[in-house]
Amino acid sequence: MSRFWTQALAIARRDLIVEGRSRETVAVVVPFAAAAVFVVPFATDALDVRLATLAFPVYWLVGLLFGMQVALRQSAMETPSQRRQLALLGVDPVARFTGRVLSAAALVLVVLVVTAPLVLLFYDPEPIARPWSMAGVLVLFALGLAMVSTLAGDVTAGLATRTSLAPLLIVPVSVPLLLGAAQALESVVRGRTTLPWVLTLVVTDLALAVTGVVTARALEESNT
Amino acid sequence: MPGPIVMLDDVSVRFGPTTVLSGVGLQVEAGMVVGVGGRNGVGKTTLLGVIATLVPVAGGQGRVLGAELGTDGVRNIRPRIGWSGHEPSLYDDLTLQENLHLTADLAGLSREEADDALGRVGLAAAGHRRAGLSSNGMRRRTDLAALLMRRPDLLCLDEAHAGLDEDADAIVGALTDLTCRRGGAVVMVSHDAARLRAECDEVLILDSEAP
Repeated sequence: MSRFWTQALAIARRDLIVEGRSRETVAVVVPFAAAAVFVVPFATDALDVRLATLAFPVYWLVGLLFGMQVALRQSAMETPSQRRQLALLGVDPVARFTGRVLSAAALVLVVLVVTAPLVLLFYDPEPIARPWSMAGVLVLFALGLAMVSTLAGDVTAGLATRTSLAPLLIVPVSVPLLLGAAQALESVVRGRTTLPWVLTLVVTDLALAVTGVVTARALEESNT
Repeated sequence: MPGPIVMLDDVSVRFGPTTVLSGVGLQVEAGMVVGVGGRNGVGKTTLLGVIATLVPVAGGQGRVLGAELGTDGVRNIRPRIGWSGHEPSLYDDLTLQENLHLTADLAGLSREEADDALGRVGLAAAGHRRAGLSSNGMRRRTDLAALLMRRPDLLCLDEAHAGLDEDADAIVGALTDLTCRRGGAVVMVSHDAARLRAECDEVLILDSEAP
């Protein structure tokens, strides 16, 4: 295995072990995401609004907002002394970015996978003919959200306004991800081709990946 | 190793509008232990950051391990620099051994070397303990084990002796000797003037002339 992938996988493994033991994300964010799915129907007029029509929008919004929280928590886990140590170990900034994106994407996927059955249970949406065809869409959405959150986390690292500024940076950039994922799911339900929306996700992910690669070194220098 | 390991000439550092260091000159030759002293807040750790190539200079020039400060060349020599401070850079939720394995993986070293280094600092039997549940002394020893494993050519010690027991203090001493014997050098920051005088070949005392 190349040095790059050894470093990237070591960083991802570190993040997932830390999360597996601290359970900060799973124990804090996922229950709130589940609660959000549960409480939305109480904010609607059940006589006028058919809950099934809200199912997919609620799913993607919860996925976006809580997935963003997960990825942001991941990007904040390194202390200044740990960042200094990574720089002095010669860790490739792009490998570090890749590793953190992989671990954050895995945790965003956990949020999406846990909330999916809850949405099906509470909202009873139209059946999805080929649910497995959504697996790729979920992965692309999770990767994109992980990349934009990791970038925003690095840009705002050390700022007192980080917790409010980072989401403001993430949400606008996430619009193509939200659009692509939501329309892909809608296309599956309607029996239409998902290709344009999958391509939207792929292009957005590629643009974010290029941004991450190009800025990784500068962001590392500014944060060590 | 041709030329000095560290050469700083009239270096200054600014954080925003504040001048933190001004007109600092320093030369560290192979085999030397150089101390940096001065009052709290005078910029000792910042100077160590400059020497470790992590803090950008606003003025003056310098070379570290042959790489000119402020150029991309410093990225190549960073793996040859070791840093130990009073705050260990361990991950609390990883065990001491996992922390060292992570360092080995990232530095391109073998995990056997990591286990060997853990044994050399007397923590072979405690490697399974989570860093966050270990004593500060154990955490500091693990940090030192990482340096024993990496064998840096330039060792930066930032108050590295503070809070260490006698045995751990001896590990810092052994690490310093080892680095110098291999042709490297050590820069030691401390507010303990007596220690600097006793352990260093030269001592630079910073004052706070900068506004």
